[in-house]
Amino acid sequence: MVKELICIVCPQGCHLTVDEEKDCQVSGNRCARGVAYGKSEVMNPTRILTSTVCVRSALHPRCPVKTDRPIPKKDLLRAMTLLDDMVLVPPVRRGDVVIAKVLGHSCDFVATRDILE
Amino acid sequence: MTERYQLIVIGGGPAGLGAAIRARENGLSRILIVERDVELGGILNQCIHNGFGLHYFGEELTGPEYAGRVTDRLEGQGIDIVCDTMVLSIESGAEGHRLCLMSAKEGYRFLDTKALVLAMGCRERTRGAIGIPGTRVAGILTAGTAQRYVNMEGYMVGRRVIVLGSGDIGLIMARRMVLEGAEVLACVEIMPYSGGLARNLVQCLDDYGITLLLSHTITRIKGKSRVEGVTVQQVDASLKPIEGTEQDFDVDTVLLSVGLIPENELTRAAGITIDPRTGGPVVYENKETAVDGIFACGNVLHVHDLVDYVTEESEEAGKAAAMYVLGQEKEHPEKLEKEAIDVVAGPGIAYTIPQKIRPAGESEKTRIFFRVRQPYKSPKRLVLRDGEQIIASSRRPYMAPGEMEHLMVNQHMLEMIKGRTLVLSVED
Ligand SMILES: Cc1cc2nc3c(=O)[nH]c(=O)nc-3n(C[C@H](O)[C@H](O)[C@H](O)COP(=O)(O)OP(=O)(O)OC[C@H]3O[C@@H](n4cnc5c(N)ncnc54)[C@H](O)[C@@H]3O)c2cc1C
Ligand code: SF4
Repeated sequence: MVKELICIVCPQGCHLTVDEEKDCQVSGNRCARGVAYGKSEVMNPTRILTSTVCVRSALHPRCPVKTDRPIPKKDLLRAMTLLDDMVLVPPVRRGDVVIAKVLGHSCDFVATRDILE
Repeated sequence: MTERYQLIVIGGGPAGLGAAIRARENGLSRILIVERDVELGGILNQCIHNGFGLHYFGEELTGPEYAGRVTDRLEGQGIDIVCDTMVLSIESGAEGHRLCLMSAKEGYRFLDTKALVLAMGCRERTRGAIGIPGTRVAGILTAGTAQRYVNMEGYMVGRRVIVLGSGDIGLIMARRMVLEGAEVLACVEIMPYSGGLARNLVQCLDDYGITLLLSHTITRIKGKSRVEGVTVQQVDASLKPIEGTEQDFDVDTVLLSVGLIPENELTRAAGITIDPRTGGPVVYENKETAVDGIFACGNVLHVHDLVDYVTEESEEAGKAAAMYVLGQEKEHPEKLEKEAIDVVAGPGIAYTIPQKIRPAGESEKTRIFFRVRQPYKSPKRLVLRDGEQIIASSRRPYMAPGEMEHLMVNQHMLEMIKGRTLVLSVED
């Protein structure tokens, strides 16, 4: 089967076709990242998850976080629940690990901004 | 007493920061950034999702990370910054520009500057701007306001949500609400196509099974003190609701994502010509407005979907402002003005930036940014003409109004021009 996809790796949004019969051959991509995306989207779709966690700061009640690598799409909502009871204490710096090994995957939730006080 | 700066930048979002840093690198030493919020970063602070910076930084960042990267560059540059301060007015004279600033801490004060960069960003269109009939109840808010509440203040804005309009902020908030436990019943778009980026349709709606109703709109909002439901109707080709297509949705929240408008009250009051198509100032190739020494960049100039282009545009404006202040421009702007060529949006094109090009100006290359009026699913040619003569042309496999495009023209192409207008159009 030939699947039509929109590459979401970057905002160019190339229109890809992936041929499942031909070893998931990708066409329509403007760069190599599109090939990797096309293949993984058909075989095992993944996404970066972004959200916020509570932080004890006078200025900022929430600290934004992200998974530093994409996680399987089916795990997104389950990963969200990990953040519910989390409370950070400043100073927090961009890139600090907030939760290591999200759901056993080789990726962490990291802070995406500095909250120093 | 008034202080005198070489350059004042109004707005501390990515546009303002990019312009200030580039002006510093090009030799200015007395630069001030004025930001009305309590911190720098602009709208990026609330855009916690990823999708920023692939083009400019070569990696995919979230909004706060992009803002962090840019503010890091300010370090040690000696650029003055005042936050929590709003610019109220601009008065331009022969010597430069006088700004009136207002802050809780210092009250009113005046500052003088030789050059000015406008980087005030944009704001969201509200319900009033499109006029939905029904009661005036709680639970109707713009997607951007909801984004700020949820992502920065940390409270939920509703449980059962419908999104009106399929702009990027609406799509991103639809996903965000689902992740936070709300139910998003539909995203309703009056046009037959979405105004958002294709990638957002995929990863915000399709991923979470949210229905996109194209050619539909909300025709009634019901409720006593809080939204209790909405009626959605299909619309015909002239966007009029079709009778008999009513569907009721049981929701407590309506998020509006019905467009952004450049924030140009200050600009207008300063007597700067506004382009009705962009809602922002008319600019030359170096981002200078109709008033000498006032430059504009970022969302205040035209609404961008990619912050990467905001940064690039702001760097051009910052560099041009520095050259203006240091008197390094090749020729006096007034002389150049006589030679200025108008860039006109022809068939299929909604607008162009810049609107005017001075062939003898500073820029070696000029990128003409534009949006198309409607989606093109088959390959089309973009053609830039001087009368009958083709100055530049380029083929695109696919174009949509939600995605800003650009065409490069260089000095050599400009030298070929005989007339006073260039027309950009979409052709087969
Ligand atoms: C919800 C949303 C999602 C987006 N998603 C993406 C994405 O996924 N990828 C991407 O690349 N881009 C995205 N963008 C686009 C990008 O973030 C913006 O185009 C960019 O941030 C605009 O920068 P700016 O500096 O022009 O405006 P802003 O960031 O809005 O900054 C303007 C600043 O000026 C200040 N200001 C205004 N008036 C005054 C005044 N009178 N005095 C003092 N200060 C003033 C404001 O407080 C504000 O801080 C998104 C934009 C939005 C709104
Ligand atoms: S194929 Fe490359 S250029 Fe096209 S959307 Fe994907 S990452 Fe972007």
